[in-house]
Amino acid sequence: MSAVVTSPTVFRSTVTILRRHPGLLFGLVVITAMVILAVAAPWLHTVDPTYIRPRMRLKPPSAAFWFGTDSTGRDLWSRIAYGSRVSLIVGASVAAISLVIGLVIGMISGVVRKLDGIIMRIMDGVMAIPAILLAIMVVSLFGASLHTVIIAITLPEIPRVVRLTRSVVLTVRGEAYVEAAISMGTPTPILMMRHILPNILAPVIVQATFTASAAILIEASLSFLGIGTPSEIPSWGNIMADGRNYFQMAPQLIMIPGFLVALTVLAVNILGDSLRDLLDPRFARSVGDAQ
Amino acid sequence: MLRFVLRRLLSVIPVLVVVSIIVFLALRLGPGDPAAILAGDSATPEMIAAMRAHLGLDQSLPQQFIHWAAQIAHGDLGRSITSNQPVTTLVASRLEPTLALALATIVFSIVVATPLGVLAAWRRGSWIDTLASGGAVFGFAMPAFVTGYLLVYIFALKLQWLPVQGFVPLSEGFWPFARHLILPTLTLSTIYIALITRVTRASMLEILNEDFVRTARAKGMPERIVLFRHALGNSAIPVLSVIGIGIALLLGGVVVTESVFSFPGLGRLTVEAVVARDYPVVQGIIILFSGVYVLINLAVDVSYAIFDPRISY
Repeated sequence: MSAVVTSPTVFRSTVTILRRHPGLLFGLVVITAMVILAVAAPWLHTVDPTYIRPRMRLKPPSAAFWFGTDSTGRDLWSRIAYGSRVSLIVGASVAAISLVIGLVIGMISGVVRKLDGIIMRIMDGVMAIPAILLAIMVVSLFGASLHTVIIAITLPEIPRVVRLTRSVVLTVRGEAYVEAAISMGTPTPILMMRHILPNILAPVIVQATFTASAAILIEASLSFLGIGTPSEIPSWGNIMADGRNYFQMAPQLIMIPGFLVALTVLAVNILGDSLRDLLDPRFARSVGDAQ
Repeated sequence: MLRFVLRRLLSVIPVLVVVSIIVFLALRLGPGDPAAILAGDSATPEMIAAMRAHLGLDQSLPQQFIHWAAQIAHGDLGRSITSNQPVTTLVASRLEPTLALALATIVFSIVVATPLGVLAAWRRGSWIDTLASGGAVFGFAMPAFVTGYLLVYIFALKLQWLPVQGFVPLSEGFWPFARHLILPTLTLSTIYIALITRVTRASMLEILNEDFVRTARAKGMPERIVLFRHALGNSAIPVLSVIGIGIALLLGGVVVTESVFSFPGLGRLTVEAVVARDYPVVQGIIILFSGVYVLINLAVDVSYAIFDPRISY
């Protein structure tokens, strides 16, 4: 019975939060739509996205081919629907991996002061290499595969999470309850997990959303340049790479996937902004920028 | 002040050392034989053996690194596998388009974004604020190649005002040079303008609440001077530092933008080198771009001391 009693309250408070933060609603709606597109791609009027029809090249949109066909007669709508999978997988994996690695390194740096100097110098060095170039270097060495692309994009994102984690750890360390725990002789690993980690999770999760959107942009850029996701996998960047030589005849080959990349990145960024306002109202007020 | 400049100069060294260690280790610890990678796909076993001797691969890793770093310090970035030209020569031959594009973008972005950010903060909540803040959110999300093709579609294909792509060196006349530079500059500026506008607005909002701004207004100072001298002068530091940090975004964007507009610059060279697996060229460009990024941020930090006399290190 209790579920029946509490659910309207939960529902109402959710509605209130979404009404106060319209960006949160927008971000969630767009991302949910993208996830549905990615998961349900086989059932959404799609065909095999790699099937080539030599006699149906660069056809305009029609009932059979909703967005028309590409330079080898493949169905653009199917390629876009399946291509959403690559963007979402890359965005989510890069965010998750860099979050975990960055958290661990950042906490070590913030708590074990002896290692702090050397860790931060290494992070400064990684950040001095422009993200796309570092990713390009990794791809050029290991060859293009979806795994390599994910690793290549994760690498330059790690220092951002490390810096953020470290700075929050240093702030939290000064708090009375952490000093109390230290003076009681709490072992360092327990100190990290029980007293420090819960406090730094909120800002790091916000950072993870921005990492995800950056990853989606970089993957699309690398694939567009022809040095990202292997060309046999349909991805939004690959569709655009394919459309470059036919831009005058069929601008939709670049414009439709390009619009979707922009929309996804926009939604994730706005979600991140709203999460920041929601999780950390002090920060929003101090910057005076609640959108 | 001199001591601060010197100390900041010294702090650059560990960063550059770490960058070169990363680039060095990536090749040595990556899959495959570095000698075979550096000798190229068409190398004979003799060429690979010669490369192995040249690299000193029988020595320990630290020895190899010092050997390699000493070469770089002497301005020797190795030779391209595909063209056998020294990497420095190749880079020099591709410098002009990239330099023109980067400088035009930095100047244009600062000229547009700073006043926009100031106005947005001054008239907070007005249509100009909505436009600037909303535009910045969109600017962050637009991939450079989409902006680029959109601009090409409107201004080159439909209106036919500007060339679709290509680059004309300055030596062939200023007007053709400038005409080919307009669309790439607009493309690359989008994200940079978004970044600078957002930071200018945020730091102006903070400064406009300060007492000295109210005092300046109260004593009848013209609003223009209050805004641009009192307030902007005091919010210069975050703005300057984001201009410096944004250089990394800019250098990354150069690769994509040059590719869209067929600019024969360093960005295109990078992509060509990756496709040809010409690793010495990729390595050289990464070291060069990272060096530029580090030095520009050094210059930005030093300029703080000029903009803000309170900072004395």
